[in-house]
Amino acid sequence: MFGFVLRRVLQMVPMLIAIALLIFVLFSLIPGSFATGQQDEGLGLDMAVVARMRAELGLDDPLYVRFGRYVQQLATLDLGISFRSKQPVIEMISARLWPSLSLTAAAMGFAISVGLPLGFVAALRPGSVADLSLMVIAVSGLSLPVFWLGILLMYLFALTLGWFPSFGYGDGGLWHLALPAMALGVSPMALLARTTRAAVLDIMNADFVRTARSKGMNEFRVVVWHVLRNALVLVLTTIGLQFGSLLGQGVVVEKLFAWPGVGSLLVDSVFQRDIPAVQGCILMITLFFLVINTSVDIAYKLIDPRIRYT
Amino acid sequence: MKIQANLAIGGGLTALALFVGVFGPWLAHTDPIMDANLMNAELSPSAEFWFGTDQQGRDIWSRVMYGAQISLTVGIGSQLINTAIGTTLGVTAGYWGGWWDDFVNGLTNLMLAIPSLIFALAIMAILGPGLTSLMIALGLTNWSYTCRISRAQALAVRTQGYVQAARVLGYGDVRIMFTQILPNTLGPIIVIATLGMGGTILAEAALSFLGLGVRPPAPSWGSMLSDARETITTAPWLSLFPGLAIFITVLGLNLLGDGLRDVLDPQSRSRR
Amino acid sequence: MSGDMNLLEVEDLRIELTADNGRYPAVEGVSFTIARGETVGLVGESGCGKSITALSVMGLLRHPLALAGGKIRLTGQEIQDLPPAEMRALRGKRIAMIFQEPMTALNPLKTVGRQIAEMYVLHQGANWNDADARAVEALKQVKVPAPERRARAYPHELSGGMRQRVMIAIALACEPDLLIADEPTTALDVTVQSEIVDLMKELCSAKGTAILMISHDLGLVTDICKRVCVMYAGRIVEQQDSEMIFNRPQHPYTQGLVASLPRLGMRARHGRQRLTEISGVVPGITAYPDGCRFHPRCGRKTEICEKVAPELTPLADGALVRCYHYG
Repeated sequence: MFGFVLRRVLQMVPMLIAIALLIFVLFSLIPGSFATGQQDEGLGLDMAVVARMRAELGLDDPLYVRFGRYVQQLATLDLGISFRSKQPVIEMISARLWPSLSLTAAAMGFAISVGLPLGFVAALRPGSVADLSLMVIAVSGLSLPVFWLGILLMYLFALTLGWFPSFGYGDGGLWHLALPAMALGVSPMALLARTTRAAVLDIMNADFVRTARSKGMNEFRVVVWHVLRNALVLVLTTIGLQFGSLLGQGVVVEKLFAWPGVGSLLVDSVFQRDIPAVQGCILMITLFFLVINTSVDIAYKLIDPRIRYT
Repeated sequence: MKIQANLAIGGGLTALALFVGVFGPWLAHTDPIMDANLMNAELSPSAEFWFGTDQQGRDIWSRVMYGAQISLTVGIGSQLINTAIGTTLGVTAGYWGGWWDDFVNGLTNLMLAIPSLIFALAIMAILGPGLTSLMIALGLTNWSYTCRISRAQALAVRTQGYVQAARVLGYGDVRIMFTQILPNTLGPIIVIATLGMGGTILAEAALSFLGLGVRPPAPSWGSMLSDARETITTAPWLSLFPGLAIFITVLGLNLLGDGLRDVLDPQSRSRR
Repeated sequence: MSGDMNLLEVEDLRIELTADNGRYPAVEGVSFTIARGETVGLVGESGCGKSITALSVMGLLRHPLALAGGKIRLTGQEIQDLPPAEMRALRGKRIAMIFQEPMTALNPLKTVGRQIAEMYVLHQGANWNDADARAVEALKQVKVPAPERRARAYPHELSGGMRQRVMIAIALACEPDLLIADEPTTALDVTVQSEIVDLMKELCSAKGTAILMISHDLGLVTDICKRVCVMYAGRIVEQQDSEMIFNRPQHPYTQGLVASLPRLGMRARHGRQRLTEISGVVPGITAYPDGCRFHPRCGRKTEICEKVAPELTPLADGALVRCYHYG
């Protein structure tokens, strides 16, 4: 088991390097003025200053030299210095890590704690009114633009009813977290409900469930002893994949609710053309996704004995 | 029965969206950008302004009608790019195998490792806002599933008798791929493209909402919502209609995709 | 309970299939009995209704199949309409079942020991520790080598034969009165098949367990069963003692089955002889023909065969045949 975890963690390294390279190459394609981020928008710097800044930032070196330097910096967790705030990017990001993490966790927690039971209920009564209405809700949830849902929630629960604050981080407590987390969690919740339903239906028709019934088990025991874990194996993949879209949509939700996370830093940095900060945010979000996927794989291994160590 | 309901409702909503996309300029009452009139600012829905007017007095109905063009252009355009990239890479990788297959596999895994909206956002940051940028950004970032499916299909079909027969007959690789392998992957690919179009329309709206997609004053549903957010206390209807338009379009595509999957790719339900 | 009372009596069983455009009889007029400790075979091609007959005895029919008539008696008690809870108490404890595919019939995420132990927890109120210990004993009984270690194994770590032994251990855990074996050896290698059959015979005769053996393989069934019922298209067409059915098959379908079997010594007795096969296929449940359901494939059909279904005709020595032109 330890070997499996170690290998799975080590597998992240080449992927991380590939991602760093991709992001690096992508942002090296940017026209020169954009790369320094200072020249346009009427800031009125003269060419001599720009040239000096480019030299200072090492932007005139060949691409591979710059990439080598970039990887070297990454290895020491140095994401560079922000063009705008002149702060180390890693410090800017770490200040915003916790709000992003809590929002993502709360949204996924909401999605799992609502979506899984709903999918289960639907699967145990296929074709029933509850099942059909749940499927209608699920496909609707998948089609909702997350920011529109956020605006609707904001309007209803904050501006009209006054139950929650309309935006902002406050003390980071549940009261401020509730609306953004719900807005972000509805779409993965819908997908999880659908996947769970399909997985449970699939497993309820499996031969080993018939065996369980032939043993004289009641349906409750059949579900608890034989269906739950098998369904979870199928649902786990979806949970892992959903984190990807959750992190993407999280950027939008953070911006909408003025949530001080990595996502809103990313968007602000794009507007300020602060390349090191943009690169750093993307790298951090992707790293987080990678860690999630690795954890999902390890969780798989814990649940399913058929997955081999090698 | 449920299958037909999916197809019928999804097809109907999609047809409605396409109709508005094509005939939007005729359905609109006024020009969506130029007809600003501050005398009419923030009017609620009425007989004259069906969906009300925005801060600058522009008719929301007209802007929503025009907005369909942007959403559908980006949705269709980016899905064409995605499908072209995905099938080309997938079919060639599955058919040729070897180092090319390894490379495509690695590339697909890399694409799957980066949240696609984040990736698209990065490309938008580089290319700058605009319709073409959006199509490219969303077209380059959502092809991994198409690639996987067509690779698997090509791999499965490659060893089958009729493909080997075609090879014996002296058919070239490209001809075999087009005539023997692609038709077999068509069903799943249409399903993925339909469902994916819903996703790219949502992504376009999200990027425009952030101000990175289509820039105002162009009437993108996403940027209309971005504007509307500022007046949510005084004119909440501004937030209602563009969102509803996105929702209906995407819902139609999702239902249509589900319905098509049941018809074109029946195994996928159990295969998942 | 009198000594001559049958263990299982199935009387005029009718099972219907609900399809989009109506309900169709999948099984019709099926009656047979099994005495205590007796072994009875149910033979027929796939799709003839033998498996769903067995599932109906277990009370495990599921939509779109449902019991639509007839009686099932276990030691005189009618069980076809029992409330679910009472049926569950019988299932596994008094009637147990082994399924065809031992790979998918076991839960892949649970150790086989635990899957046996469930029986003791369910029916004998054992706690998990005792049940786990008894599961090891049960594995020993079905001659699984190194039972302590195997009890902790997952199904995918065992061979097909081993998995089927585990299924037998589960089925016989509570010493049931009746064991229903649905194609228990079909998915196994030929060499393993006879081991499994021998094991079932040995354990059941030691405990006095009756067996209802379901198979498409007439040779296998006659090998371990005293009596054989041959099913065709949802009906029993012939019922005879195993010994007689080979030497004197009465129904044209049974004769076809017997003729299609390779037999030792046949060549010596009859010279060079080809194995024959029955032409045509079993009709689908929704397309059963009128009259005798075998008539489209039968060489002896006459006008009446196409119009009126024959009844079961009793012959000497208790045999039954459903044919106008038997013999």
